[in-house]
Amino acid sequence: MLHCITRRTFRVAACIMARTHVNYEIKGDVAVVRMNDPNSRVNTLSTQMQREMTEVMDEIWGNNAVQSVVLISSKPGSFIAGADLNMIQACTTAEEVTGLSQEGQRMFEKVEKSPKPIVAAINGSCLGGGLEFAISCQYRIATKSKKTVLGCPEVMLGLLPGAGGTQRLPKMLGLPSAFDMILTGRSIRPDKAKKMGLVHQLVDTLGPGLKSPEERTIEYLEEVAVEAARGLAKKQIPLTKEKGLMQKIQDYVMSYPFVRQQIYNTVQNKVMKQTKGLYPAPLKIIECVKAGVEQGPTAGYLAESQHFGKLAMTPESKALIGLYHGQVTCKKNRFRTPEKDAKTLAILGAGLMGAGIAQVSVDKGFHTILKDTTLEGLSRGEQQVYKGLNDKTKKKSITSFERDSFLSNLTGQLDYNGFNKADMIIEAVFEDLSIKHKVLKEVEAVIPPHCIFATNTSALPIKDIAAVSKRPEKVIGMHYFSPVDKMQLLEIITTDKTSKDTTASAVAVGLKQGKVIIVVGDGPGFYTTRCLAPMLAEAVRVLQEGVDPKKLDGLTTGFGFPVGAATLADEVGIDVAAHVAEDLGKAFGSRFGGGNVEVLKTMVEKGFKGRKSGKGCYIYQPGLKRRDVNTEALEILESYKLTPNAAVSSDSDIQYRLVSRFVNEAVLCLQEGILASPVEGDIGAVFGLGFPPCLGGPFRFVDSFGADKLVEKMRKFEEVFGNQFTPCQLLLDHAKDPSKKFHK
Amino acid sequence: MASMLLTSLRSSPLTSVQAAQFAARSLGTSVHLQAQAKSKKTLAKPGVKNIVLVDGVRTPFLQSGTIYADLMPHDLARAALQGLLNRTGLPKDAVDYIVYGTVIQEVKTSNVAREAALGAGFSDKTPAHTVTMACISSNQAMTTAVGLIAAGQCDAVVAGGVEFMSDVPIRHSRRMRKTMLSLNKAKTLGARLSLLGSIRLAHLAPELPAVAEFSTAETMGHSADRLAAAFGVSRLEQDEFALRSHTLAKKAQDSGLLSDVISFKVPGKDIVSKDNGIRPSTMEQMAKLKPAFIKPHGTVTAANSSFLTDGASAVLIMSEEKALAMGYKPKAYLRDFVYVSQDPKDQLLLGPTYATPKVLEKSGLTLNDIDVFEFHEAFAGQIMANLKAMESDWFAQTYMGRKTKVGAPPMEKFNSWGGSLSLGHPFAATGCRLVTTVAHRLQKEGGQYGLVAACAAGGQGHAMVIEAYPQ
Repeated sequence: MLHCITRRTFRVAACIMARTHVNYEIKGDVAVVRMNDPNSRVNTLSTQMQREMTEVMDEIWGNNAVQSVVLISSKPGSFIAGADLNMIQACTTAEEVTGLSQEGQRMFEKVEKSPKPIVAAINGSCLGGGLEFAISCQYRIATKSKKTVLGCPEVMLGLLPGAGGTQRLPKMLGLPSAFDMILTGRSIRPDKAKKMGLVHQLVDTLGPGLKSPEERTIEYLEEVAVEAARGLAKKQIPLTKEKGLMQKIQDYVMSYPFVRQQIYNTVQNKVMKQTKGLYPAPLKIIECVKAGVEQGPTAGYLAESQHFGKLAMTPESKALIGLYHGQVTCKKNRFRTPEKDAKTLAILGAGLMGAGIAQVSVDKGFHTILKDTTLEGLSRGEQQVYKGLNDKTKKKSITSFERDSFLSNLTGQLDYNGFNKADMIIEAVFEDLSIKHKVLKEVEAVIPPHCIFATNTSALPIKDIAAVSKRPEKVIGMHYFSPVDKMQLLEIITTDKTSKDTTASAVAVGLKQGKVIIVVGDGPGFYTTRCLAPMLAEAVRVLQEGVDPKKLDGLTTGFGFPVGAATLADEVGIDVAAHVAEDLGKAFGSRFGGGNVEVLKTMVEKGFKGRKSGKGCYIYQPGLKRRDVNTEALEILESYKLTPNAAVSSDSDIQYRLVSRFVNEAVLCLQEGILASPVEGDIGAVFGLGFPPCLGGPFRFVDSFGADKLVEKMRKFEEVFGNQFTPCQLLLDHAKDPSKKFHK
Repeated sequence: MASMLLTSLRSSPLTSVQAAQFAARSLGTSVHLQAQAKSKKTLAKPGVKNIVLVDGVRTPFLQSGTIYADLMPHDLARAALQGLLNRTGLPKDAVDYIVYGTVIQEVKTSNVAREAALGAGFSDKTPAHTVTMACISSNQAMTTAVGLIAAGQCDAVVAGGVEFMSDVPIRHSRRMRKTMLSLNKAKTLGARLSLLGSIRLAHLAPELPAVAEFSTAETMGHSADRLAAAFGVSRLEQDEFALRSHTLAKKAQDSGLLSDVISFKVPGKDIVSKDNGIRPSTMEQMAKLKPAFIKPHGTVTAANSSFLTDGASAVLIMSEEKALAMGYKPKAYLRDFVYVSQDPKDQLLLGPTYATPKVLEKSGLTLNDIDVFEFHEAFAGQIMANLKAMESDWFAQTYMGRKTKVGAPPMEKFNSWGGSLSLGHPFAATGCRLVTTVAHRLQKEGGQYGLVAACAAGGQGHAMVIEAYPQ
């Protein structure tokens, strides 16, 4: 017996020595294969992982003592997070990527046809290639951990599931669910996965025991999986589940080709409507699924690998992957850890912004004071926080108990009581310098010395606000975007007096609130507002030239903006837009000209302040989805009518007039040092302003479109409109030297 | 006498290490230590009243839906109270106060203590209130009584608990309730008709009470199964423990040890005088059962969980002087007690683990000093998990902020007359059963200290040290 054990441990030890990513242990007649990438927080299907996995599987298939297999990750929180992106990015041709895909397909085919049943025991992220691996196994068991998610996010990177995902999922889930999963890329939580039939069995997470909860949960999952594997090998657990009535009906209906055709058409139309044809991946996904279902697996797998290769080479995919990397970068604190952890926040102003900031703070454990000047304002703000959390309860993403305990972090009040314990003030009062000054002085009288004063403004320079501060090193800008709970971006603005620790603390708070953060220098409009203002000024000019708001929206969304320019103005608020246009106009002069500010002012005078007032460019009626153009606004535009110049007024010209001003201003921000890096510029534009994600942000756009071509277009517009289209020096440098790129 | 000899033999070889530990821990108790050298010290504290358990009784614990099915909760409570009066011969007006526990409330008798007391013939001048603290409700009733006596406000208090699972309040849906309440206020026929017209079929679906945590929505059995898994308690261990409980309970029942049980004439039915949930089975039979909560791989089954039970219990608690003055021979001293609470999700049923070291520390005792353990058995898995937790230094250090483990009770001293798994568990009646059983076991087995510990919904727990009354 002893001898036997030593021999076995010796063998296992030998495996561990040779292999770093995959090892296995034989428990009776079950082989437990454990994955653990020693160099990363998550497991990815890297070349190394794949090679070792193949070796291990071959050994197991060749071992007669083994009847079944359990596949599990030793990492808490990650089964396999997907394929190794670097592996794909290292390829230079579509054929190479197709090769990778085919390798994956072959490996998973062997797994699928394994004579010994394989149980995928999933704890943590099971995404992309990881999910494709799991669905080629015979049986899947997942933990109910919050970290356990299943999904194919490839589409969000401009790719498709290239290792059998487009072929197996439709068979497993039926066409509608499979399309939904692959085309949206959304993550599916364990209970939903069980309902859909994506996993067979769920395992609860465990609390404290004789080991840490994470460790013991993985062990427990393994125990349950080993039992299931034995059951499968002994045929005590059937592999095919008895189909329910609904399933039978669905299968029957799907057996008619015209029904399937109808589904393809519907899905295709939906995709076209949502992507305007700017994203190739979803369309290719439909093709792959269709090829597999209609022409059989050979055609399906071939289509999958070929389209995968082609997609990997598209600029859209590169842009989206760039954004993914950028987002990861902007989720880190590049300043050191702050000296003091902020625990208590005090938010001034319970308006839309203030309450939104409170909402994303209370559920992260910040003790949050929400202060307003009136009881009505405070009540509205607290209701907004409650509603935001209660909606999450309704969607079952949090329990009613969690909602209540989050709300217990919120204190609503009208006075400065308790401010002496605040670690950070976030001021979200009306955008008026004198009011901001008044508030700053009032607050500084009551807060402790270490407390940071953050001001939430979209355009007022922070140094002007800080001018009246006794401690300007503690003053910083935190520009949130509305609605705060939905918009991921936070733009942090530092003045030359802001201390590093203040910045570090603001970033830490923002990260805890779940934000993607860019840190920019101070100046009128900072980065985001400054880029948006010229584009909106151009939009107003376009409207003055007689382009219908709907047409303008169509042109902008047609370029890839998620929200049209006219709608965006309504969302931001016409009054805010007018305010900003005027302020920035004063600061930057004629470069920020274009449309007549009076147009906006007149609209504001008439009460057309955008969505919030019910009327702007459009008329908004509660409960109605359809929006009509506000004819009274058209009358105003008529009175400020400009004659379009035919040479620069084609649809495409209008699109480039809007975009080039945006992009030029972004590049100028980098040139002036407002931006620290192109990555932050791209992230800020996409996540804060809705710059087309398929273009990857203004800087990546310049790289892929070509700075020279952009300059050429701008010169043409410059001739007609003047300095609003004068390319900045950095852009000219890039135009002159094509080897200069913002992104390597 | 023989048993006393045995006890002293058993307890005398207190190793020098233990004695040293003891001395090191409580330097202030050297006087007690000297006393210990001869026999065990008494836990009486200067300036604190001695409070005694005069006696305790309970109705037979019956599986819900059986012979008690047509009663109401206060009927059972009444039976227990009357039984206590009979057993003790207590004059009805000698009681200063009555505290009673209950968990699932019958809305008609929300202060079930008062209704039962009146029905049992107590003086209508004796005030009564009801407490609730899930499965430790009657423990709360008893410690409330202890508090009243210790504070000098009362001398004789009756405490108890009742649970009646044969009938539970099943409510109309909230929407329906709202409509019905508005109907009361509707003045015109038209208004009434329009309200009636607003009723939809879905509103008629009733709301059933569940043994689930409000904060986590997890049923207790589910939590117990997870707890067992967290501590690596196997199905076999659980079944074995459940079988042990039933076997010991059967033995205790057959040898007449369960003397706290009173006979109860159920109106319209026969006299009941025995618990009816004790069913020693075989390991094979138990192994056949499917898991009840976590399917298909869970380990908690109907056979290794406590079952839904109807029953009531009552105890008479007095100051020692008063008891002696009234000519009683008390059964035990009620000494230190603690309440603890922890995470209601992952540590829902770990109350005994947290409470035991705390109450021992308070009393200046170690686990070895305890002669009789009575722990509430909610689930076999829960007991086994608690035993493992108490036996783990890692758990004590990581989660309880203690330097070392408290240790697990030796099985020969543990629930040796059966427990909640076999005798039944009428939620709010169990606490008094545990305390009375400790007193009876101390008398029977000749020990000096007993320990009661229990877990309760809400992630709470309780423990109490009981000292034998000198015989």
